Amino acid sequence: MSTSLKITSATLAKDIRLEWRSKDAINSMLFFALLVVVIFSFSFDPTAEESRRIAGGLVWVAFLFAAVVALNQTWARELRNHVLDAYRVSPAPANPLFLAKALGNFLFVAVLEALMTPLFIMFYRLRALGPAWQLIPVAALGTRALVVNGTFFAAMSLRTRNREIMLPLLLFPISIPALLAMVNATQNILTGDESARFWIVLLGTYDVVFTIACLLLFETVLDAE
Amino acid sequence: MKRAFPILAVLCVAFLGFATYEGLFVAPTERTMGDVQRIFYYHVPSAWTAFLLFFLNFIASIQYLVRGNDFADRFAKWVAVLVGAAGCIAVFAIKPMPAGIEPSSVATTALAITGLYFLIRKYFPEERTDVLALVTAEVGVVFCTVVLVTGPLWARPVWGIWWTWDIRLTSTLVLWLIYVSYLVLRRFSTSGQTPSVAAALAVFGALDVPLVYFSIWVFRTQHPQPVIGGGGSIDPRMLHVLLINWLAFLFFAALLCWARYELEIFQRQVEETHVLESLLEPENKQS
Repeated sequence: MSTSLKITSATLAKDIRLEWRSKDAINSMLFFALLVVVIFSFSFDPTAEESRRIAGGLVWVAFLFAAVVALNQTWARELRNHVLDAYRVSPAPANPLFLAKALGNFLFVAVLEALMTPLFIMFYRLRALGPAWQLIPVAALGTRALVVNGTFFAAMSLRTRNREIMLPLLLFPISIPALLAMVNATQNILTGDESARFWIVLLGTYDVVFTIACLLLFETVLDAE
Repeated sequence: MKRAFPILAVLCVAFLGFATYEGLFVAPTERTMGDVQRIFYYHVPSAWTAFLLFFLNFIASIQYLVRGNDFADRFAKWVAVLVGAAGCIAVFAIKPMPAGIEPSSVATTALAITGLYFLIRKYFPEERTDVLALVTAEVGVVFCTVVLVTGPLWARPVWGIWWTWDIRLTSTLVLWLIYVSYLVLRRFSTSGQTPSVAAALAVFGALDVPLVYFSIWVFRTQHPQPVIGGGGSIDPRMLHVLLINWLAFLFFAALLCWARYELEIFQRQVEETHVLESLLEPENKQS
């Protein structure tokens, strides 16, 4: 096993074990998303027709906000006892650490989505009129778009005052095209009016471009001192 | 700076006044829109200036990131050369250009990218590229704000609505949001680490712009098609006034950037001196 792979798997295993024991991120995300679902249901009348049109935006906004909760915790955990500083002075390359963090966040947000989807379907009486299997690539690519950039910006906002507020301020503007693609793809699939292909391709492009950018720039951000 | 700046400032004010006069009195009145159309002479030059400044911010940020690394520096140089070459080749290679795109503007833009890249590389040492990135973002946000304010002022009487989510409006708004978040990051970042973190964000923002544009592209556009180089036609006298205004705005923007640039360097020197002083103080007391 190469060194990078070892670092990635070790960090990932550590993060998963920590999360398994504390369940900090998952619990706060779940409760947050649940609150968003309930509050949104008061703001409009969730008939089947109406929700089909709005659900795409609703689901993704809920997931985006909930993901920020988890993303804020990923790096903060490493600041205690100067773990991150220790990592920086060690000869280990930076990118495996980033990959491990991004993978871990992807996993947590995916679990959240898997748990929340039945609730959404129940509360908003959702039924896809288009090809429902396409929701899976949309969810996977969309989550990746949020999480990869989110992990990167969370590392960036470590270097700022009031970093909890900083993360959404940095992440949301850059995520606008991805969010637009996710929302429209979901909406097209649910209403079945149009094909979602364009949006899925756009989402894929977004993921590729920004994953490369993150990997190229992560070392600069980690070592910024 | 001390002697040249007041002279240039007076010249700039005079030029801006002349351009305003041209826009308000000399340019012919548009047939359907009437005098409202005259806001065009502020709206369009501000937009062009803002985009140019954001582009300079991108180049300066790239340079800040690659300068330390020999390989990355050489790679970026070749990319800049290739962009220029590709623009020139595209003029000959893609024979029927997509509607609304002038071959000459493609070549000029591509060559301008290469030219700007090497000009900045030559005249700005490494730590100054960060100052350049900061001032271009700040002044760019100001001009972008002017665009976003004058747009609705014009749209209300002409379209009957203040705002619509069409491609140019939305992408300009997103661009504005991205650069405001850039300035917020700079503001809240603790001093020593700011430049490289901000440069990374600037690269992300610039990568985001084409994606924003394409993602909003699929919605139908309501904005008038660009009249310069686009399918539309413009009265040559209007074009003349527009270009005068653009020159005046560019002059103004350059002057603002220059003043801000000098101020920022001065401020950094002051901070540095403070740090040095606080380092020296304990020794003074001991002796």
